[in-house]
Amino acid sequence: MSTVTDTKKKAPAGERVADWADGRLGIYTLAKANMRKIFPDHWSFMLGEICLYSFIIIILTGVYLTLFFHPSMNEVEYAGPYVPLQGQLMSEAFNSTMHISFEVRGGLLIRQIHHWAALIFLAGMFVHMMRVFFTGAFRKPREINWLFGFLLFFLGMFTGFTGYSLPDDLLSGTGVRFMQGAILSVPVVGTYLSMFLFGGEFPGGDFVARFYSAHVLLLPGIMLGLMVAHLILVFVHKHTHFEGPGRTNKNVVGMPLLPVYMAKAGGFFFLVFGVIAIIAAIASINPIWALGPYRPDQVSTGAQPDWYMGFAEGLIRVMPGWEINLWGHTLVLGVFIPLVIFPAVLGAIAVYPFIESWITGDKREHHIAQRPRNAPTRTAFGVAWITAYMIMLVGGGNDLWATHFHLSINSITWFVRIFFFAGPVIAFIVTKRICLGLQRRDKDKVLHGRESGIIKRLPHGEFVEVHEPLSQGELHRLTAHEQYAPAELPPAVDENGVERKIGRMEKLRVKLNKGYYGEDNQIAKPTVEEYKEIQSGHGHH
Amino acid sequence: MKKLSARRRHPLAAVVVLLLALAATGGLYAAFAPAGTAKADETAQSLAIEEGKKLYSVGCASCHGTGGQGTSDGPSLVGVGSASVDFQVGTGRMPAQQPGAQVPKKKNIYSQAEIDQLAAYIASLGAGPITPTEKQYDPAGADAAKGGELFRTNCAQCHNFTGEGGALTHGKYAPSLEGVSPKHLYEAMQTGPQNMPSFPDTTMPEQQKKDIIAYVQAVNSEKADNPGGLSLGGLGPVSEGLFAWVFGLGALIAVAVWVAAHTAKAKKS
Repeated sequence: MSTVTDTKKKAPAGERVADWADGRLGIYTLAKANMRKIFPDHWSFMLGEICLYSFIIIILTGVYLTLFFHPSMNEVEYAGPYVPLQGQLMSEAFNSTMHISFEVRGGLLIRQIHHWAALIFLAGMFVHMMRVFFTGAFRKPREINWLFGFLLFFLGMFTGFTGYSLPDDLLSGTGVRFMQGAILSVPVVGTYLSMFLFGGEFPGGDFVARFYSAHVLLLPGIMLGLMVAHLILVFVHKHTHFEGPGRTNKNVVGMPLLPVYMAKAGGFFFLVFGVIAIIAAIASINPIWALGPYRPDQVSTGAQPDWYMGFAEGLIRVMPGWEINLWGHTLVLGVFIPLVIFPAVLGAIAVYPFIESWITGDKREHHIAQRPRNAPTRTAFGVAWITAYMIMLVGGGNDLWATHFHLSINSITWFVRIFFFAGPVIAFIVTKRICLGLQRRDKDKVLHGRESGIIKRLPHGEFVEVHEPLSQGELHRLTAHEQYAPAELPPAVDENGVERKIGRMEKLRVKLNKGYYGEDNQIAKPTVEEYKEIQSGHGHH
Repeated sequence: MKKLSARRRHPLAAVVVLLLALAATGGLYAAFAPAGTAKADETAQSLAIEEGKKLYSVGCASCHGTGGQGTSDGPSLVGVGSASVDFQVGTGRMPAQQPGAQVPKKKNIYSQAEIDQLAAYIASLGAGPITPTEKQYDPAGADAAKGGELFRTNCAQCHNFTGEGGALTHGKYAPSLEGVSPKHLYEAMQTGPQNMPSFPDTTMPEQQKKDIIAYVQAVNSEKADNPGGLSLGGLGPVSEGLFAWVFGLGALIAVAVWVAAHTAKAKKS
């Protein structure tokens, strides 16, 4: 019971600070709306967090590196402590990276954390994107956020590439030359683009400084903005969750942001930092001292880009060296075709949500993450895409496959050429079969229960396995997904007997729709009647 | 002739004639007898060639021909020189186990003395690069930095930045240089074994070869230090990417599963 004098006492310091801030920033309303925001618990929902945290780690370590890195291509003679380079001519950029690696306190560790975190960031984005893809979490209202995520991945590739090029070592210089070659292959404007980008003939004296501002300012700035937008949209849309008892399209079942998720997410940040720091402490990455400074007249075997560009490397490596010579001009198809396929393959996955919603005609909101098996055609498409991607990664490392598995590099190249086209088709068919098989298994489990492993002998001598009926929750989980009826073309003749005009696109849409929901493309989930009928038979089978 | 006829009945005349006859026979024999054994100077060199030929007949002749002239299964060895033999046999490549895209390095079963004998025999077939002496290949005092530059200009295209090896066409490859002795490195540059081009002293002087050896020793031997930690095979971004996916993302997903599995318990109230 407080007295009148009590209430006039000063409020605690924290409250006063909060009041002060609220008066100026309005944090109470913000906090009220968001502090109790619910997040569902599932390990795959933390993949995005891995990306966010590794991005933060990259920014933190990157800032440290900028303190010592000189983005200049002025030629200097190396006089540092690494003996096998002493007296060699190199760019200021390479020299300062050597300085960071050997003389700056903690420099090498920070460099390695930065680079490992970059590889993990991109790998995390890839897996996060696939999680969203396979669970259908890109459906309305999240299509824009899907695009934001895709852009983050795409920009991440180029941020990584520009960063990889900054030390001006022999490996990254080869990569920059590779990129310049790709630019040169663009018909008509290629030469101009290259001259514009490099400020003259390759390599010139500008590209390190230019890549530097792109790497530390332009690209990460855009990415940071996109990431904030991405997270705001996650708050606005709320997180998806998987099917389960009590979970609907209209709620989110999980734990509140404060205190549970704040603690979990905060702790997870340090775990991510810890894992990356351990890896950076035990494993070397991009040892530029072993690679040597870049000189356009030198090259090494095994010159590959970081993994996220390996797909592009593969395209170039396996593409036959076609070219057309006309009127004194050369069209280098051997490089230009890969340059076109590269964004096309990435773009295919980016626009998929829009294609799917067009095919299915489904414009409703979805907040339930699907199980991949319940969308067999989409899952099959995703696996086919990954297959094409992975086969090109094999192509990008064809020399290492050859030496490590004692194969002929030519055979690997031919394998990649054929299976870049055949692999996705096979993967599509196989994945769809597997999904349908899993759907049948779910149906079987619902109707007959779980195989208990207990064999019972009946009085007349027959052996049967006892099936345990599933719990109510499990039954719900396996049957809650929606199933759609395939689209049908309207009758060719309308009610007035007039021939109906049906566009070619609509015909295509209905055909594709049947591929999603038509006969043999989904297994009808068990009905209540089926369930009751079987269960009334004492569950013997 | 008086003197002669007067003494022909001398008691010692028969002895003299016998001596003269023996001398003549011996002299004539010495003059006309088949050369080989008669000419043989019993020096170490000729003994080595002799022994080398025996070893050659057992281990090499089936492919390279009985006189080193080569067959459809193996090239002629006339003029390859002792350095080639020392490299090919010393690294276990020869005698080859089976035909293939390339003859791999394997355990050497010959002693250095036997290799020298084989080398002496092959060198006797025709002039070629001579096995280097230690003074020639010893990298002590050579400039590893200069060697690194030469290595990146001449060797890295096939052998990778630090000599980890690389792929060539149709199953051929440039082998890893890890653990290869300075002598064998020198001989390989000198003779250009298998798919390798040769770098004779006219194009790459002895000192440059020493520099390259010093560089290889500095970056790819047990003496080489890896300031960054595990070198992951020294293969560059492919092994780094694989490591990032398997151990980096793998560990993080394992941690995520662990965090997700340990959630706050609802308070019982």
